Amino acid sequence: MKNSCLFIIMIILSFFFMGCEKTMPFAPEENELLDGPVEGLSTAEQIQFLKGDEAFGDVFTIEEGLGPVFVANQCASCHAGDGKGSPFVKFTRFGQPDTLGNQFLSFGGPQLQHKAIPGYQPEQLPFGATSTDLIAPAVSGLGFLDAVSDADIISMSDENDANGDGISGRPHWNNIPGYVQLRPNSISQNGKYISRFGKKGGAYDLLHQTSGAYNQDMGITSLFEPIDPFSGLEVDPEVSTQTVHDVVFYLKTLKAPLRRDQDDSDVIVGEQLFSQADCAKCHTPTLQTSNSPIEALSNKVFHPYTDLLLHDMGSGLDDGYTEGFALTSEWKTPALWGLGLSKDAQGGTYFLLHDGRAMSIEEAILLHGGEAEQSKTMYTQLSETEKQQLIKFLESL
Amino acid sequence: MKIFTSISPKQILIACLFYVTAGNIKAQIMDSVITRVPVDTTKSLLNMDAVYNRPFLTTDKLPVALGGYLEANSFYSSEDGVSEGLSFQARRLTVFMSASISKRIKFLSEIEFEDGTKEIGIEFAAMDVTFHPVFNFRGGIIMNPIGAFNQNHDGPKWEFVERPDVAVNMLPATWSNAGFGLFGKTHKKNWVFGYEVYLTNGFDNSIVDNEDNKTFLPAAKENKERFEESNNGKALVTGKLAIKNRKIGEIGLSYMGGVYNKFEEDGLKLDEKRRLDVFAIDFNTTIKKTATYIVGEYVVATIDVPETYTQQFGNKQQGFFVDVVQTIFKRKILDWESASFNFAARLDYVDWNVGTFKETGTNIGEDLWAISPAISFRPTSQTVFRLNYRYQWQKDILNNPPSLTAAWLFGFSTYF
Repeated sequence: MKNSCLFIIMIILSFFFMGCEKTMPFAPEENELLDGPVEGLSTAEQIQFLKGDEAFGDVFTIEEGLGPVFVANQCASCHAGDGKGSPFVKFTRFGQPDTLGNQFLSFGGPQLQHKAIPGYQPEQLPFGATSTDLIAPAVSGLGFLDAVSDADIISMSDENDANGDGISGRPHWNNIPGYVQLRPNSISQNGKYISRFGKKGGAYDLLHQTSGAYNQDMGITSLFEPIDPFSGLEVDPEVSTQTVHDVVFYLKTLKAPLRRDQDDSDVIVGEQLFSQADCAKCHTPTLQTSNSPIEALSNKVFHPYTDLLLHDMGSGLDDGYTEGFALTSEWKTPALWGLGLSKDAQGGTYFLLHDGRAMSIEEAILLHGGEAEQSKTMYTQLSETEKQQLIKFLESL
Repeated sequence: MKIFTSISPKQILIACLFYVTAGNIKAQIMDSVITRVPVDTTKSLLNMDAVYNRPFLTTDKLPVALGGYLEANSFYSSEDGVSEGLSFQARRLTVFMSASISKRIKFLSEIEFEDGTKEIGIEFAAMDVTFHPVFNFRGGIIMNPIGAFNQNHDGPKWEFVERPDVAVNMLPATWSNAGFGLFGKTHKKNWVFGYEVYLTNGFDNSIVDNEDNKTFLPAAKENKERFEESNNGKALVTGKLAIKNRKIGEIGLSYMGGVYNKFEEDGLKLDEKRRLDVFAIDFNTTIKKTATYIVGEYVVATIDVPETYTQQFGNKQQGFFVDVVQTIFKRKILDWESASFNFAARLDYVDWNVGTFKETGTNIGEDLWAISPAISFRPTSQTVFRLNYRYQWQKDILNNPPSLTAAWLFGFSTYF
């Protein structure tokens, strides 16, 4: 008895001293994760990436400025694992039914802060305001999209459908806040600039997007967005300028999602079907960055499956709300990269389209309308096998 | 006068430590006059007696008895394949002092230094007055008797380096507060009954407003003002009933509850009164045939969180732990008369947010499972060397694939 016990103890101790590493959980494959930095960052850039990563996960408490009305209390709440948001952190924007501007800014617009810290009441949707529900997009690869030149975006547009294919994407020419720094290659049209982030493409760059999110999502004021959404008054910054810059840098330098199962024969066929159904005319597979102050992002070819343009998606997806100069039926083409990993950030279920109403890729396809009506029809005419191959391709992104 | 006012609490603690050290030196010189206060090993003890059931040293002429324990360990862990490497931890140095002030009146204190001097706290400092065995008064800084671990947390008593998750990451062990109360005990044949009931200061808004981003009772430990005044003027009620059969084991039922939030200030209403209610059941037994010791605790908590706040902060929590300890052999090794070697295993579970999402009706995550096999060597009953392996699955609030963490921990804990 004693000998056998000693034998077991010796085995355990040997296991401990010789095999420590082997008893540890394995790291997931890099292409199974949305987070992580882009390759080629300098040491200084990696340090700033880590600071931004930490700030992205920081939880705001009431003492630190959360609210009093808010949607979420940290960036990572809406972008778990840097992926898409879930209905749990769905948010509502309201008050702009046309391109003439938001009529409800003095009633708490444009975003409904539907949660409140104890002792306060959350905002209510004002009577008469049209609205749309939104879930947050994935944030991986944003630096690549940020570094695409305006000229490249314009080259993909076909505002008057000159080629007669029924698809007429256009850039979102928008007014921009004073604090953003224009890209060196920015192109202006009547004092407006191409904005490219957000579901309606309403944000010019990641600083614009991030400052707005701190303010409208968490009720956190900054040097850039100093108006408290609850009181409507300018207050002291509740997040430091450096922290905002760190988070912007983090978002810029998150790696692009990596493909999986590229060599699978079904995936290869699915990719061909994707092109044949003209999906690729809006979900443009390949773009290129221009010069970027971050060397790792300069002049890189990448595969986001978006053209960064506004497209009319039909009445089914028209919620009667818009931003900037987009029409209520227009949505910026969402990037499809990382689509297959979405459900790992959404609690195991897909919540797709702008408000998460589609709970499968097929449902999302079938809810396309407007300029995508023809592609949807082509999808419905595919055989079941072909549909599965197309979906398998999309899941490989 | 100036001399006294310039002495900081830290200096007092250091002086106490010096006192203990000096006591040890004295022990070497005057071994004949120092005596070890025997640990009560009778089967009339309940978990509630843990605070006094510790080894103490005293001398003939010294009015106080001294004791304490030290815990240190190394650990190597990895989360999702990423390791921070090997670390060493000086977890705790705890000093006990007890005194019989007079007949029927005694005093005991427990002062703890955690992670070096990162955290220094008085975990227990109370005066007990015995009017009758079933009617005792206790006042001072007391350990709220919720579950079993909070009052019985000394490192040398356990085979695991880590404390149970339900005790330290759901309940706030070690959870002490200023307050008063009553306790008592009686026995009849093989049965022992005990009770405790205390009114103390308690929790605050931090349990639903913290950087842990979940309803987190241990967040209230950061509020040191709870030893000075109540956060809201409402007492926290903690009570426990325990029953033990000397041949079977002990079971305890405990409750802790009260208004946790600051609901008014200067007569102005800030919020509704919001309650916290915690129920716990604990047990311990030894299977005589195999000498297998089993101990565990199940806790469920309900917290009134405003409907208009975020579901990130849950209104119901639950968790448990179970330890099974099997002595493999016990015999003389070197000069240790009854050294023992043990196998043990622990199962941990905590769900910080029980319920479903309003938006989807799906289950809210934010839970943790962990299993920890262990081996331990006790040269004496007061000292334990322990080697633990821990494997943990932790899900985020959305129920995304769990984060996997594994750790090897090797350390010791010893009374002195």
